Amino acid sequence: MRVAGGQIDRGQTLRFSFDGKTYPGHPGDTLASALLANDIRLMGRSFKYHRPRGPIAAGSEEPNAIVELRSGARREPNTRATTAELFDGLVARSQNRWPSLKFDAMAVNDLLSPFLAAGFYYKTFMWPKAFWEKLYEPIIRRAAGLGRASLQADPDSYDKGFLHCDLLVIGAGPAGLAAALTAGRAGARVILADEDFALGGRLNAETFGVGEHIGADWAQATVAELATMPHVRLMPRTTVVGAFDHGIYSAVERVSDHLPEPLPGKPRQILWRIYSKRALLCAGAIERPIAFANNDRPGVMLAGALRSFANRWAVVPGQRVAVFTNNDDGLRTATDLAAKGINVVAVVDVRDGGALVPGIRHLKGAVVTDTSGRLGLTGITVRLANGQNEQIGCDVLGVSGGWNPNVALTSHHRSRPVWDDGVVGFGPGPGGPVGLGVAGAAMGAFSTAAALRTGAAGAVAALAELGITARAEVPQAEDGPVNITPFWHVPGKGRAWVDLQNDVTVKDIVLAKQENFVAVEHLKRYTTLGMATDQGKTSNVTGLAIMAELTGKTIAETGTTIYRPPYTPVAMGAFAGRSVGSEFRPVRLTPSHKWATEQGAVFVEVGMWLRAQWFPKPGETGWRQSVDRETLATRASVGICDVTTLGKIDVQGTDAGAFLDRVYANTFSTLAVGKVRYGLMLREDGMVMDDGTTARLGAHHYVMTTTTANAVPVFRHLEFCRQCLWPDLDVQLISTTEAWAQYSVAGPNARKLLEKLVDQDISDAAFPYMACGHISIGGLRARLFRISFSGELAYEVAVPTRYGDGLIRALMAAGAEFGAVAYGTETLGVLRVEKGHAAGNELNGTTSALTLGLGKMVSKKKDAIGVVLSGREGMNTPDALRLVGFRPVDPAQPLAAGSHFIAAGQPADAAHDEGYMTSVVYSPHLGCSIGLGLLKAGHDRMSERLRMVNPLKDMETEVEVVSPHFVDPEGERLRG
Amino acid sequence: MGNVSLKPLNALLGAEPRVDSIGAVTISENVGIALASLATRRGQADRVAAVAKGMGLDLPGPGRASLSAQYAALWLGPDQWLIMAAGDADQDIAGALEATFGPAASITEQTGGWVCLDVTGPGLPALFERLCAIDTAAIKPGHGTRTVIEHLGCYVICIGAEQFRVFGPRSSAGSLHHALTTAAQAIA
Repeated sequence: MRVAGGQIDRGQTLRFSFDGKTYPGHPGDTLASALLANDIRLMGRSFKYHRPRGPIAAGSEEPNAIVELRSGARREPNTRATTAELFDGLVARSQNRWPSLKFDAMAVNDLLSPFLAAGFYYKTFMWPKAFWEKLYEPIIRRAAGLGRASLQADPDSYDKGFLHCDLLVIGAGPAGLAAALTAGRAGARVILADEDFALGGRLNAETFGVGEHIGADWAQATVAELATMPHVRLMPRTTVVGAFDHGIYSAVERVSDHLPEPLPGKPRQILWRIYSKRALLCAGAIERPIAFANNDRPGVMLAGALRSFANRWAVVPGQRVAVFTNNDDGLRTATDLAAKGINVVAVVDVRDGGALVPGIRHLKGAVVTDTSGRLGLTGITVRLANGQNEQIGCDVLGVSGGWNPNVALTSHHRSRPVWDDGVVGFGPGPGGPVGLGVAGAAMGAFSTAAALRTGAAGAVAALAELGITARAEVPQAEDGPVNITPFWHVPGKGRAWVDLQNDVTVKDIVLAKQENFVAVEHLKRYTTLGMATDQGKTSNVTGLAIMAELTGKTIAETGTTIYRPPYTPVAMGAFAGRSVGSEFRPVRLTPSHKWATEQGAVFVEVGMWLRAQWFPKPGETGWRQSVDRETLATRASVGICDVTTLGKIDVQGTDAGAFLDRVYANTFSTLAVGKVRYGLMLREDGMVMDDGTTARLGAHHYVMTTTTANAVPVFRHLEFCRQCLWPDLDVQLISTTEAWAQYSVAGPNARKLLEKLVDQDISDAAFPYMACGHISIGGLRARLFRISFSGELAYEVAVPTRYGDGLIRALMAAGAEFGAVAYGTETLGVLRVEKGHAAGNELNGTTSALTLGLGKMVSKKKDAIGVVLSGREGMNTPDALRLVGFRPVDPAQPLAAGSHFIAAGQPADAAHDEGYMTSVVYSPHLGCSIGLGLLKAGHDRMSERLRMVNPLKDMETEVEVVSPHFVDPEGERLRG
Repeated sequence: MGNVSLKPLNALLGAEPRVDSIGAVTISENVGIALASLATRRGQADRVAAVAKGMGLDLPGPGRASLSAQYAALWLGPDQWLIMAAGDADQDIAGALEATFGPAASITEQTGGWVCLDVTGPGLPALFERLCAIDTAAIKPGHGTRTVIEHLGCYVICIGAEQFRVFGPRSSAGSLHHALTTAAQAIA
């Protein structure tokens, strides 16, 4: 029910629905506060036992009130009702219940609870093994499921962003506000982030004064002052979810979660990467419950949460309130609610001594031993100091077992929290993220005055390290001591819940101890304590304190598990950002892309590149028809292919030749200006890294080409060599891959075609095989290389990229009289396999120069990377794999790459494996499938017949070992 | 012998340079800049700096760009700069610089490697904080650096309080343009 006061706008009414029924609420409400205001406190069913549950907390630590928000594609399961900001039209549904929240058939699990204790699944669903994935797990998941995914694409977008600041203040309670104000007034760049939509933290939930103001008003005034500072960025609705290296924090800003749907063009959430010079954790503390029998009924809540609901949202979830506490803070709930005119029937205080709360029945030395009520609390059983039991009727019970400093982010670099007897909780440990300070309740400074003081002091200290002078100036506030007697659970019969979200009870912890899972990390895995979506925010410390009690150790000795990012659950969409669907990665388009699209080309992804795979013509019904035509036309006349994607690296400097001699296995310093040479690059271990041609354009100027796939790795390797291995060499490198549009023009009519365009004489005499040089096309600067990957008379011609579109059109127009074809990557592959050139399939990281038949290229006259290790004994055995060609004995039989070679009569197993097929194409030239493969001592086994076995495709074909050069083995065509 | 005249195509595949205005932000394809890299050869740093000065160009240090002269320069790495010549992307900038610097420097034409997008309007830090890790709120005219925008290695140069210049890989011009316009819509 609503009471007076609160930070809600009663002037406006918002309508929302829960499980199909419509209710009113107000701006400023959360879904939880609005439901409680409508006397709805049953909000969910528990994970395992399907027990009726209501909220116990008022913030992101909530384990129980987990709901589905919105509908259709925007439906989002497993959200906390306590943090869902109310908006008009909000649709919410309870989850993990069937058929309804009030009657849940799966509650039968509760009756079976004796069988469902910790380790149940591990012990029960062991056998038969195959049943686990197909039968047990799906059933268990359905029964214990959380929400339902929409199974539709998320219609909203998510942004990523980057922010920079001197000081990142995490949490905008009294400590955070004091820190931000201190730093902001000193002129520092400040980011103040808080997960709540209202800044102020506990100041909004308590009735304390700060200076002359009510706490909440001081918070508002402080926020207003901060908002006037251009160097301060206020980020409400922003959860800092992780601490990473070098002062980097990640934060999720919920830009549109409080709206029915995002405004046009706006993201739903933004995942920020915050680069901070210093950070201050002011995340406050999280109250913990006390475990006692049936402590999970709706109406049993954290005492501090009751104050939050009453003071901030003007809501009390019942008529008659009792409080169960082991500390003075719990008493505040009684006094605050009594001041609101609520009937506080009793305060049950485990402590014997101390002052009594005036005007309230304050039972000292008493404990709550049980509760009653099916779908909500109706009464409690109290064991009084004299040992007698008393039934007390009440519908709300506020429980306080003390407060745990919220140190989660300090653990993200594996720092372990340290037990603090003063506040009876774990405080931040040493070795947390560098540059991260802690202030306020997060460091155990629990009073408002201490929070303000340590917040301001934390900011002063952090800024001093940056050379910024700041002054700590904080108002007066309450400075009460922490009066607490450690008390974790009430022994007795009945199940006493510790982890409400994962349904872990004291009995489960006892069982874990019995079965020797006593280490905290074992306790966690065995019982699933703290492994739910709330990461055990309200349960971890209680659980391990109980384990400490059972084992007779101190809590400090028992230790604690640590926290990992993210602090609260993050939508996958936020991690994906804009990288979804077709925007998953940028694409790279070749200079001929527009033209190729007009031709109806079929494209293939090659890394980020989109390359034309083949160019279908009218009447061609299958890709093979197109590729056969392109291949035959190229060998018969001329074909044109965009080869811009090959990496191009400009190598200049007076030591450029010497540099290339060291990175290539063969020699380049002797290459004449105006000539091209094929180069083989080895890794340090002697394996082939990459190959390509390198042209010498000037005395101190080379242009290296790499394979498309290795353009970046080779450039990185060369930079490493230049900067780290041989900084004394005078070499300069830069990538020019994209600066030039480059086309291969191949086939017997290649020269005739190019002669129509090129301004210079390119006759065989003037421009022989392996020549290169600067040319011009219609006066435009261009480059020409007479190199061939196809085995034909071939050139590669390059122009500045913006003329690439013009050049492909000019080439095709000029080639019309020769029947020139454009060809794609498939035909490129057929041509190179027919010629026996190694490509990516053969340069697979396990092949040496010897294997590829290029052993003679490894020059012994000089040292180069990989030369020494390529001479290793193991790489030069007589039966080393060698690259050879394969033809099916029956030309009608197909071949398949990836197949292995087995001798006739031998079993097809690894022991008899003689090598494997790397590349297979259909050769229209030969009229059958042909392949390149690696075969043990293959070079000595010409004409031998083997079985090509492919168990995956259930294929076996008899093949003959042949030369890898299927077409023009003498190389007469390319010199023509 | 050829008598052909090739026609250029802009990186964003239009006959005319592309211009998009979204909210207060305008994103314009700039096709009029010729680019070349300039790297000093061993022991030639002083000579290169002197020749550059003769051209009215102060070769900048890390994170900086010189914008004042006919030739602008952006620091790329130790002893290496991107030289930007406004006006005509067709000019043989590498040839011109080779003639000027002689054997003291290694020059490589880069014009075709990049798409240039000029981004103008108030509040550009709010746009760029959604795109790259540069501290664009603290950036000043004459600052420029290499960064990553949507997986693409780019150069971002602050030309003026309300003008940033972005160079991105030409082959990914469409993807880069999409990233910029999407971010502009997100802050509009």
